[in-house]
Amino acid sequence: MWNNPARNDWFLLAGFSLVVLCLPLILEPIGAAYPALMQKFCIFGIFAIGFNILFGLTGYLSFGHAAFLGVGSYAAVWSFKLLTMNAIPAIVFAIVCAAAFALVIGYVSLKRSGIYFSILTLAFAQMSYNLAYSVLTPLTNGETGLQLSLQDPRIIDALFVAPQAGLPRVNLFGTYTSGGGYAGFYLCAAALIVCFFIALRIFRSPFGLMLRAIKSNQNRMRYTGFNTRPYLLAAFVISGMYAGLAGGLMAVTDPLVGAERMQWTASGEVVLMTILGGAGTLVGPVLGAAVIKYFENIFSSFSVTTLQGVFGFLPDAIERPLVSFLSLFVGDGWNLTLGVVFMLIVIFLPGGLMEGLRRIWSLFDRRPGGGDKVPAAQTQPAE
Amino acid sequence: MKFDSFNRRRFLGASAVAGVGLAAPMHFVRGAYAADMSCNMPTGKTVTFGWNIPLTGAYADEGNDELKAFKLAVKHLNGEGDGGMLKTMKPTALKGNGVLGKKVAFVQSDSQTKSDASRDGAKRMIERDGAIMISGGSSSGVAVAVQGLCQELGVIFMAGLTHSNDTTGKDKKRYGFRHFFNAYQSGLALAPVLAQEYGKDRTAYHLTADYTWGWTQEESIKNATEKLGWKTAKAVRTPLGAGDFSQYITPVLNSGADVLILNHYGKDMVNSLTQAVQFGLRDKMVNGKKVEIVVPLFSELMAQGAGDAVKGILGTSNWDWKLPDEATKNFTKSFGTEYGTPPSQAAQTCYVQALLYADACERAGTFYAPAVIKALEGFEFDGMGNGKTLYRAADHQCFKSCLVVRGKEKPKDKFDLMEIVKVVPREDLMYDPKIFGGDLGPSTAKQC
Amino acid sequence: MDAILLQVLNGLDKGGAYALIALGLTLVFGTLGVVNFAHGALFMLGAFCAVTFDKLLKLESVVVDPEKTTAWGSKLEIRTPYVEAWLGDFGRFLHDYSVPASILLAIPVMLVIGIVMERGLIRHFYKRPHADQILVTFGLAIVIQEVIKHFFGANPIPQPAPPAFAGTAYVGALFGMGQTLAYPWWRIIYMFFSLAVIGAVFAFLQFTTYGMVVRAGMHDRQTVGFLGIDIQRRFTVVFGLAAVVAGVAGVMYTPILPPDYHMGMDFLVLSFVVVVVGGMGSLGGAVAAGFLLGILQSFASMNEVKSIVPGIDHIIIYLVAVVVLLTLPRGLFGRKGVMEE
Repeated sequence: MWNNPARNDWFLLAGFSLVVLCLPLILEPIGAAYPALMQKFCIFGIFAIGFNILFGLTGYLSFGHAAFLGVGSYAAVWSFKLLTMNAIPAIVFAIVCAAAFALVIGYVSLKRSGIYFSILTLAFAQMSYNLAYSVLTPLTNGETGLQLSLQDPRIIDALFVAPQAGLPRVNLFGTYTSGGGYAGFYLCAAALIVCFFIALRIFRSPFGLMLRAIKSNQNRMRYTGFNTRPYLLAAFVISGMYAGLAGGLMAVTDPLVGAERMQWTASGEVVLMTILGGAGTLVGPVLGAAVIKYFENIFSSFSVTTLQGVFGFLPDAIERPLVSFLSLFVGDGWNLTLGVVFMLIVIFLPGGLMEGLRRIWSLFDRRPGGGDKVPAAQTQPAE
Repeated sequence: MKFDSFNRRRFLGASAVAGVGLAAPMHFVRGAYAADMSCNMPTGKTVTFGWNIPLTGAYADEGNDELKAFKLAVKHLNGEGDGGMLKTMKPTALKGNGVLGKKVAFVQSDSQTKSDASRDGAKRMIERDGAIMISGGSSSGVAVAVQGLCQELGVIFMAGLTHSNDTTGKDKKRYGFRHFFNAYQSGLALAPVLAQEYGKDRTAYHLTADYTWGWTQEESIKNATEKLGWKTAKAVRTPLGAGDFSQYITPVLNSGADVLILNHYGKDMVNSLTQAVQFGLRDKMVNGKKVEIVVPLFSELMAQGAGDAVKGILGTSNWDWKLPDEATKNFTKSFGTEYGTPPSQAAQTCYVQALLYADACERAGTFYAPAVIKALEGFEFDGMGNGKTLYRAADHQCFKSCLVVRGKEKPKDKFDLMEIVKVVPREDLMYDPKIFGGDLGPSTAKQC
Repeated sequence: MDAILLQVLNGLDKGGAYALIALGLTLVFGTLGVVNFAHGALFMLGAFCAVTFDKLLKLESVVVDPEKTTAWGSKLEIRTPYVEAWLGDFGRFLHDYSVPASILLAIPVMLVIGIVMERGLIRHFYKRPHADQILVTFGLAIVIQEVIKHFFGANPIPQPAPPAFAGTAYVGALFGMGQTLAYPWWRIIYMFFSLAVIGAVFAFLQFTTYGMVVRAGMHDRQTVGFLGIDIQRRFTVVFGLAAVVAGVAGVMYTPILPPDYHMGMDFLVLSFVVVVVGGMGSLGGAVAAGFLLGILQSFASMNEVKSIVPGIDHIIIYLVAVVVLLTLPRGLFGRKGVMEE
């Protein structure tokens, strides 16, 4: 991989961009080509890429990343409320706020490692979530969710545009990104590609190498006189910024924020995505995010009748137990499928889906030594 | 290593190039059409309604009952079953052959009693399933959130059970309509009964669900009771779905308050009420008076959950299946034969909303949203269980009578849990729409 | 004074639940070295043992009376539970006391679940990094809770306490302080129950040879192995024991909080915080931290405290965790060398 990084990486980036931009086409046959879902693919892809920069490279398992996503969302909506309905300032504001937040939490949490780090991030995230729900209600509007209102000042917009009747929509210099349509999706897709590119550069940079070194043996790094904290903190903040961007984009495509997107289960979800796809790989987290969001939206709408339709050709004696067994896994039970698949992956395929693909590849690749593993695909904790 | 990663990339790149080359032009053309997606005017033989109800979370019991009511409404609209309120509604344009000749189909999504999830679900139903109308509720937070989304997408939202003043007050929307009554009306209805039962010298302690509904109900009840001369000792906010309320109830015991007002609903109310009773609150004497508990928004389903704890507790209700009018009897009978239980107030409001929307489409002669909105605004009808009812054009709030109810001391069976203390007439519940502010916004069609 | 005592009681009963869950969690960690994110799910499974037992007792024969209809139009049904039909008064008694009685069901069930879990899954993760243990048990927790959701639905199923203990206990009257200090009976029972279970676990570890070997294994697994003791087998039993403790804690908690499928996850986060505050692998620490955090949380929700620091009741537990972790890296009673570099 290191022989000709530039050329291969450009290939990867070009391929990735094409796939992302053609999502509406690719997803059409599997019924997932509607904007709300594709936006989610991109947004959670960004979230997972960011999480992977921390977990995949350094091995520090944060259980509180959703807090940054939530902060990003709140910041973006406040930008809509106070400044302008344009998406760009909102996104910038979201990233900046999430970065500041991540700097504080990261600075404190990184004083510990291993499970203590996980618990610290979890504690901070739960604190933010609980506060957003209670005393910070003036800022977050609590359970009701922060949303736009007609009384908002929108200072910049007020200077340039005459107010229209009703609530304004989020726009990107005139193109509406909220309220349905494909513009929101393409904005998210562009952001995802940029994020992927940055992640690619980080993975290939000396900084990325340093982070991997911390993961494989932090003590040895320290013995060589290296202060690892600044590197870890930088990785933490970058990954927090990714989460903030994801949160900002959520607000751009739908300007309402509920505090539940900060809950620890939301943090758990991004862990699932990253591991499922393959922690430490470039494409894995995006793949994991897409797979999980696809399951969530499409798989969960399967019902027993759908199954009966599929297996209708079988004799009753076989069909009935089969359908009742499978019904465990679809509809409301899609989380079960997710849990089972996730467990199987952690047990048998620690490198995630990417490692699975690689293994399948190596079956067809008959060249000697063609199937060896990528070192980054191994998950090692930071203990 | 080098080879397999190269292979992968080459494959990805090649396939993507092929894909884009073949299909990109088509796609951009599609993108141009995509603009009128949000309108969802039905083209086939069916018209799709979207039910956005909480099947999980603190309000799940109500949500399940709402879903039953919606399914029943669809049956009746399509001319199946015994017709229910279709027979009593007047005036009505409904013929029992679907809406405008199209059979009604429906899709549903679990709003989980969360605003994020409910918006996701509503968006999916509108964008993917082509729902022309969204209905459902139980949490006002959800209702306000989904109503905002529907306004943005140009789809009519017929709110189900939502009791916050904001739904048709501060956050009212041109595309949102509410049949259910609101917290302000609860205050107007409840205050005289409270004064009569508990006197004018009382100190109240509020426990309030921490979101839009709780806030407005706390405010409305506080204002109404303070007008009577009551004092308010303290109002404490509790998170939605807290489960264990003991840490909020213990401070009540020594606060000097002699009335506990629970601004909770659904499972929260069941939990907080039973726990308050377990803590001995109702056996306590404070200031020489027996401590009382008031639940401003009461429902049969919650009474079932709370068991003995509801006996003698006062509250208000939008509707009750024991009302004597013809419409109520018809609806209760068709619901009861279908599901084996009497309908709750949540079921009734959702059923009525579905019928009202269908009727408005019939009267407008089209599914075109701005026309349907016109047909609903200012519409006055009868025979839906609440007497003469007006859909006020200024805020899309229904005005009709509501009930003050009390938990029955000696129930006959497990559904006979509440007795009607008073039917408060519509005239007593009118108010000026200006007191809550807000703006309906435009009714312009979205990309139609 | 009453107000303070009430908060102490409230703290103790919350703390009892925290301590019980944290005890099992830290037992597994201390002996097996496994971070078990599925421990909350075991607590939930215990609670659903009570639900299942209650459902079994409530199985009823249904006779439809075709002549009469109810007020809402459906056919009148007459239902009689089988238990009452067969056992008469004892059946009714069993019905009333279904929650405590279901402990008898929960103990063997949880023991089997614990042993199967250890043999089938956890054992293969002893040598894997902690992150993998967290992930696989997190996955397992999702699977368990989804299976429960499939069979029992997503909504809480209330379990009434036995009628004799469903009401209010006038604790104040016992100490001659008058009628003012009142507390729900069942919560007081839960408090004593948790103390009893904690005492039993400690006695088992302290006063039996079996427990002694387990304690030895906690300190130095290898040496115990050299002595010819099958430490593996004992660890399986310890895991089973932890599952039982979590299970019975769940059973007895059902009248306080109606169980639903994700109650385990809600408690898991809290109990992890408890374990970390007490010190990873310290049993005494877990118990002390459980009660301490319970009481702190209870006091933080007093209106007097909240008016000084708004919102403190929502974050106190996490705040304590952060402060303890930053100042005392090993928690309050942690041993050296556990979960460190």
